[in-house]
Amino acid sequence: MLRVYVNGEARDFPSPLSLAQLITELDLPPARIAVELNRTVVRRGDWSATELNEDDRIEIVHFVGGGRS
Amino acid sequence: MKEKTPESSRESLMIAGRAFSSRLIIGTGKYRSYEEMRAAHTSSGAEMVTVAVRRVPLDRSSESFLDHLDPALQILPNTAGCYSADDAVRTARLAREALQTDLVKLEVIGDQTTLFPDNEQTLEAARILVKEGFIVLPYFNDDLIMAKKLLDAGCAGIMPLAAPIGSGLGVQNPANLRIMREQLPDATIIVDAGVGTASDAAIAMELGADGVLMNTAIAEADDPSKMGLAMKLAIQAGRLAYLAGRMPKRLYASASSPLQGVIK
Repeated sequence: MLRVYVNGEARDFPSPLSLAQLITELDLPPARIAVELNRTVVRRGDWSATELNEDDRIEIVHFVGGGRS
Repeated sequence: MKEKTPESSRESLMIAGRAFSSRLIIGTGKYRSYEEMRAAHTSSGAEMVTVAVRRVPLDRSSESFLDHLDPALQILPNTAGCYSADDAVRTARLAREALQTDLVKLEVIGDQTTLFPDNEQTLEAARILVKEGFIVLPYFNDDLIMAKKLLDAGCAGIMPLAAPIGSGLGVQNPANLRIMREQLPDATIIVDAGVGTASDAAIAMELGADGVLMNTAIAEADDPSKMGLAMKLAIQAGRLAYLAGRMPKRLYASASSPLQGVIK
């Protein structure tokens, strides 16, 4: 098993796991989200080729209504 | 009386070479329903709306908020909720990746009670983002020196506050805005935060702002659609009054009618 942290939550997945597979496993709509791996943005086109490692920290964001803080 | 520069007297709001015919930018938060938000966006005539970046919830399916916006609107992602330059830079990079836009409303907050900006962290983040090719519009305290530093850093425009975010207090320091306008005639100045009602927006424009950004004043109105229209008209009126050049203020009366020929 592979333990990674997604949006601050510990999650276990069968290894190996790519970023694209993680998005699929989490059942997230891939349109209009953005992903950061260990504080660096990973472009959509690179998700499939990006293999995750133990203790990786992933942030997945989308947009919400808001004017300011 | 006032110097009218080519930039500040143009018909359109210019941001990094892009022209917007509406000088009103509005937020997308606090509306009671998506329908109400869309109605307010339409009546306001705004061409640009700002959206926030947040973690995707993992335990429930989430629809894309962006699907509720008119696709014709220019989306201005913001870094609302960031308390450090580092967080704001990361948030801006994520927004750019998701939306494929270089525009960002930079916001680095310094304090939870007032939501006042952390000017030092804002400047640091602005410098990094400009280097990375972002079109940076920073929210900051209404301070001329800070405005100059942000513009020197390469920001495409500046967004001084009128009053605390969501306070609806209106322009608290009209002199600061006027000084900023006069000293920075070529800068794009968009008053951000603190507008409560239409007259507040008109005052900001009369002081020479190029535009106004607001959220709560429209979203928390009893009828956001009507307030959206009120803001549109106020901004047009304020802009016209600025361009028209107001009369000087006097302490005493000055009759409009001739003194000669009054019956005795």
